[in-house]
Amino acid sequence: MAGFTNSPPPPDEVRDLPVEQYNARLGLILFAVYLAGYGAYVFINAFRPALMDEVPFLGINLAVSSGFVLIVGALVLALLYAWLCRKPGGNRA
Amino acid sequence: MIHDPSRIAVVVFALFVLFTLGISFYLGRRTRTASGYFAAGGHVPWFVNGVAFAGDYLSAASFLGICGMIAFYGYDGFLYSIGYLAGWVVALFVIAEPLKRLGKYTFADALDNKFQSRGIKLMAAISTLVVSVFYLIPQMVGAGVLIKPLLGFPHWAGVLMVGAVVILIVATAGMASTTYVQFFKGSLLLIFSAGLTVMILNRGLKADPSPEASAPQTITVTADGKKLVNGKPQGHGEGQGDLRQVGHVRQLPGGVTETGPVGPVEFLNTVRESEIVLWSSKTATDAEGNKTTTYSPKPTSGADVLRPGNSPTFAGLKSADLTAKLNFLSLMLALFCGTASLPHILIRYYTVKDAAAARKSTVVGIAAIGCFYVLTLFMGLGAMTGGTIDVSNSNMTAPLLAKSFGELPFALISAVAFTTVLGTVSGLIVAASGAVVHDVMTGFLKLEMSDSAKVRVGKLAAVCVGLVAVCLGIVFERMNVNYLVGWAFSVAASANLPALVMLLFWKRTTKEGIIVSVFAGMMTSLGWILLSGDTFKDVYGISADRSPVPFSQPGLVTIPLSFAVLVVVSLLTKRNPQR
Repeated sequence: MAGFTNSPPPPDEVRDLPVEQYNARLGLILFAVYLAGYGAYVFINAFRPALMDEVPFLGINLAVSSGFVLIVGALVLALLYAWLCRKPGGNRA
Repeated sequence: MIHDPSRIAVVVFALFVLFTLGISFYLGRRTRTASGYFAAGGHVPWFVNGVAFAGDYLSAASFLGICGMIAFYGYDGFLYSIGYLAGWVVALFVIAEPLKRLGKYTFADALDNKFQSRGIKLMAAISTLVVSVFYLIPQMVGAGVLIKPLLGFPHWAGVLMVGAVVILIVATAGMASTTYVQFFKGSLLLIFSAGLTVMILNRGLKADPSPEASAPQTITVTADGKKLVNGKPQGHGEGQGDLRQVGHVRQLPGGVTETGPVGPVEFLNTVRESEIVLWSSKTATDAEGNKTTTYSPKPTSGADVLRPGNSPTFAGLKSADLTAKLNFLSLMLALFCGTASLPHILIRYYTVKDAAAARKSTVVGIAAIGCFYVLTLFMGLGAMTGGTIDVSNSNMTAPLLAKSFGELPFALISAVAFTTVLGTVSGLIVAASGAVVHDVMTGFLKLEMSDSAKVRVGKLAAVCVGLVAVCLGIVFERMNVNYLVGWAFSVAASANLPALVMLLFWKRTTKEGIIVSVFAGMMTSLGWILLSGDTFKDVYGISADRSPVPFSQPGLVTIPLSFAVLVVVSLLTKRNPQR
């Protein structure tokens, strides 16, 4: 529980506009990728639910496997984002 | 069902509560400043904050509600898991870093950063309070639901107990103690859920084709309030009867009677190829006023269990009914947009030192929450096939599943479920208290307050919000927990997200646009909910057909509406001098 003292809050972060813009753009691209996957999943469940019975691999149906892909995919994209983001000053975070 | 109180559960409960209170008092002695109270001084390490995100987010609805829904209806519960997790993508890629840079204590700080407007402060504070209260109700109801069968206390006592503990946690050290309670709870929830899943897989699946396992059950509440189960007075004494736990596999693939230990993929394969007995319920009232609920077995193929559309909520997905499909789309949109709009989640970004720490903590949060949601599928299906369902109360599924492995797992899982409520409620109360002190008193009313005065008033606000939550938790006892959480997500997504996103990404956004958008999103989503068929049926007790709105979930209409209102009002007020 280090750090919980009455010391003042950390100093304000140094702003670096190009880095902020780069990170924001990267975030929006990855967001669009995930949104496409999530949108497809929701629309298939809503309008083609029978498709969810298909068994694409390992004996697991599309409903369960696509759910797992969305969960694992979120983590993979999150890690990719954390890796590609830049720190103020131009280095990778 | 009557659940006998467990002595081990009481002891473990007490230990958990004492531990959380110990943390609070320890940190409370070190918290003197407003920054320390409302944002833990910005000193929380990113990893701790990430796990605390999980502790904050995985509420009673996630743990008790989703496990119960999967156990009762199969895949439909997992749809909630996916929607809840997907919302974190919005939080990470769109909101986290700019929010951290723009704000200090509350969500209103970020909205108001460019404009310094009292109107924005007030509207954001109202929205924070409304969403927090909506989210608090199901947590408190969940607490009562949990305490009642586990410790034998009445519902109000459970709600009061949670309220008292949470008020103590928040009033002593604010965000600092809340963070560590959530870290503690998030870690335990993951560890015990993983342990439970390993035990489920190790036990494997067993078939029970006996007629006794599939015998229907009835519970009658007589006009004078007595309860009869299968015709006998409800109880565990001689001459009395009680509902039995259900949920079993009737037939395994290949004609075997049990599988022995299985891996996760083999478990899902076997469930898909088995025949499972689900249960449906029907309630009828006779001329003398006796109300009888009949629970009937419904043999269902495993393939059907693992596809959408088995629950009453999503039954329309199997039909050609467009309204049901729009209702589903609306819910999934609200879940996707709601996470990054919940005030108690947003304020957690102010507890770390910079934008990079905000980003890293969200990644940790996604990992922890994602793991938990994968486990919900196994826990739900484990309960469905392991004979551990209380047909009268889906919220008891996870604790009863643990009980099937012994008293100690039961005590631990129940205590974790209890801290689940504690963690989420404390986060919500900190958010609401911050909105009262920081946004309303110093931001809108412009009251000059010293740091220590802010902390004192913040603690007083926490006590008041806690008491309101206790009262609402008692009043809304009979409301469905998941349903209430859906309300909170819809209101948050409609009121907060459009303003936040447009402020970050559209330079022509004006303060008037933000104020009207938050107001419109909040009022239209609340209005839609109050006029929805579900509310007509479950709250007002009148036919859903009389509802003037076509489907119950508002997000599909109110989120785009809030965006549109912001754009139109901003364009109309674009010569704002602040710009």
